[in-house]
Amino acid sequence: MPDSALGDVKVLDLTNLIAGPYCTKLLADYGAEVIKVERPGVGDGARRLGPFPGDVPHGEKSGLFLHLNTNKQSITLDLKTEAARAVIRELVKETDIVVESFRPGTMARWGLDHDTLRSINPTLVMTSVSNFGQTGPYRDFRMAEVMVYGMGGEMYSTGIAEREPVKLGVNVLLYQAGATASVATMGALFAARDQGIGQHVDVSIMETQVGSIDRRMSTLIGYQYSGDITGRSPLGSGGGYPYGAIPCSDGYLEISAGRNYFPRVVSMLGSPAELQDPKWYAPGAQSDPELKEEFDTMILTWSLEHTKSEAWAIAQESRVISAPLNTMEELAEDTEFNSRGAFVEIDHPVAGTLNYPARPFIMNDSPWSIRRPAPLLGQHNMEILNRLGYSNGDVVRLRQQGAI
Amino acid sequence: MPKLPLEGIRVLDITVVWAGPYCTSFLADLGAEVIRIESLNTFVPLGRGPMAHPTVEDLKGMSPWAGAMPGRVPGARPWNRYPIFNAHARNKLGMTLDFFRPGGMDIFKRLVKISDVFVENNPTSTMEKLGISYSLLQEQNPGIIMLRMPAYGNTGAYRNHRAYGLHIEGVIGHTLQRGYADMDPSANSTVLMSDAAGGTQGAFAVLAALHHRKRTGRGHLIELSQAENTLPFMGQSFMDFSMNGRNASTLGNRHPYAVQGCYPCKGDDRWVTITLFDDKDWAAFVQAMGNPDWCREDRFAGAISRYRHHDELDRYIAQWTEQLESYDVMRLLQSVGVAAGPVMDQRDAYEDPHLNEREVFEEVYQEDTGTHRYPGAPYKMSETPIKIRRGPLRLGEDNEYIYKTLLDCSDEEYAELEAQGHIGMDYPEDMP
Repeated sequence: MPDSALGDVKVLDLTNLIAGPYCTKLLADYGAEVIKVERPGVGDGARRLGPFPGDVPHGEKSGLFLHLNTNKQSITLDLKTEAARAVIRELVKETDIVVESFRPGTMARWGLDHDTLRSINPTLVMTSVSNFGQTGPYRDFRMAEVMVYGMGGEMYSTGIAEREPVKLGVNVLLYQAGATASVATMGALFAARDQGIGQHVDVSIMETQVGSIDRRMSTLIGYQYSGDITGRSPLGSGGGYPYGAIPCSDGYLEISAGRNYFPRVVSMLGSPAELQDPKWYAPGAQSDPELKEEFDTMILTWSLEHTKSEAWAIAQESRVISAPLNTMEELAEDTEFNSRGAFVEIDHPVAGTLNYPARPFIMNDSPWSIRRPAPLLGQHNMEILNRLGYSNGDVVRLRQQGAI
Repeated sequence: MPKLPLEGIRVLDITVVWAGPYCTSFLADLGAEVIRIESLNTFVPLGRGPMAHPTVEDLKGMSPWAGAMPGRVPGARPWNRYPIFNAHARNKLGMTLDFFRPGGMDIFKRLVKISDVFVENNPTSTMEKLGISYSLLQEQNPGIIMLRMPAYGNTGAYRNHRAYGLHIEGVIGHTLQRGYADMDPSANSTVLMSDAAGGTQGAFAVLAALHHRKRTGRGHLIELSQAENTLPFMGQSFMDFSMNGRNASTLGNRHPYAVQGCYPCKGDDRWVTITLFDDKDWAAFVQAMGNPDWCREDRFAGAISRYRHHDELDRYIAQWTEQLESYDVMRLLQSVGVAAGPVMDQRDAYEDPHLNEREVFEEVYQEDTGTHRYPGAPYKMSETPIKIRRGPLRLGEDNEYIYKTLLDCSDEEYAELEAQGHIGMDYPEDMP
């Protein structure tokens, strides 16, 4: 059995909600041993966010929590108590990485800042994931996901000119922030293992958008170079035709063709005689509104006769850059995604067996695997504390003090 | 003086467009020597830009992110001046090589022998045509790490399907979950979130494989399907389908339970987002607005009733925000603990006091564009600070170092490769 890529890495996870837990999920799913610290009684805030089966809230049945915390162990610790902080200091001795997502300054107030923890473990990597970073005038601002996109990302040019800017789908930016944190954390782990350097990594969720390749860096540099602002375009304008979501009999096919790929589109439509007319290939044809209207009628006649999946197959035969706009159901039932193993069934003692998104990428020599489902709140208290040398009596005392 | 974390790691990069190049920009930032291999005889659409030799007129018609070169003029080497490329080209080396010309594959194999990582993001058939496979790389270098980033996978019926990020997001369900709630998806503008996901998690994959190699000495083949790679980002709605058979649709700018919107402010096309999570936020918000009468209407009492009357509430909020600057709304509401922030255009970002205090932009010189401020690595490290050490790579600018120093080519051999069309810094003049 090949060992997993990060099988020798130990992580102490003090994160909450989405961005931080997604970072540690990536580490855990590729083999790291991750101990998740949760508040006694309540646990990670994601436990209170849905979806829940039948929409009935239950701390062990949150789809969001179950998804984000695979392969992790859970210990409950009330970090407001000194006894709990003593447990953290013990755990830090044997850990490579601490990831935390408290409000900036919280770890320092608890005496758990990087400088203090590094005096216990000199090569410790500590990654702090926060809304706006550990410094700067917005450090303590409240944050909502839409704000991250508005302030950091490319919301200003997302949508149409006639309307307000519009955000992306639910929370995808927070996943992107977690993924960025995982890269930075691995970089710091290299410096720790190779050079014995412990260090603090400061991940501002806002800045993961400023530095995002999803248009933002290019529009920023375009402004630097030319002074031109990238805004929203009017509805229906854009890169020639066909371009955008085209209705089919059961939904939409997204096509990006325009000028360069027009011949491929002609072939997709079965090379009809009317599209052989030189007018379609004349300079300026792609920006002629009358031609566009004529073409729209032709492509609609074609697309409405096909399902989006049929249209996709025909389009791809002609190498037209395209894709169906799927619902979650269509994706979950897609035979190709299923046969490649894009989804995984995980059995959980309370939530039961459910279908989850599986591995983001396949490593041929160190398989991604689900070694355990998301933990129950405090499921591993006894196991972890006993390993640290706490007796059963000590554990009872910690419980009485409210520390666990 | 500590070394950068990936100093000593060499990466060969034949990636195109955005997802692949973003991956190697993370590796380059962390100190790896990333060698970007490009061909003088092929101009990949949306690689360096829309065209090799655009006219001033062509540039005028392009969106800023594609065509906003300094002064909107092509310059002597326009391919080194596109924002779309220079966004991810920092800290990398540029070499030219044509795989299809005699000697090309031989040079490539010599490079593989002295490298640690190879990254590509082509359709599966393109790599077959090139004759580049993991076993070919392993023959040269058993410890090599190969990262492949196809759109859907190197196996299965979609393996050669053409896609940009926009299409990948359509297939995995993101497109139907974003955009205006009262319009159909044809009103959705282009979003390339899966490129960001692919590049970032591709870099994580390479780091995981390098870590594994230190322990085992073994290389790795990593297959990152960009669609599968982005699927975890859809976790909430995927789990909702698993649990409840429900298909999530777009909420526009709304939140599942909070009052939230994007509201107009004073000025042309100025906006602020505001989110009111609970009664406490509402009370603070009402007070910040100066307790207007409408706030006391019964329908706005209680979070559930406010959510039910979201449309009416939005109209009132907009009437208030319209009289104010977006930054002033942020400052006022944040001072009472309410989540609000301006929708920043590109100028706002460069002038923003927070981003400037945190030194998010770095001034960098590049010969074909001059000195400009670029966004740097999207995180900060305390002991091995990550900086832009080098401006966006110019086509073929490191050929001498790579061919002569790294590969020990003699002057004679170098001249021969130049004559064969491998080496140069310019695309042929007849290339559009």
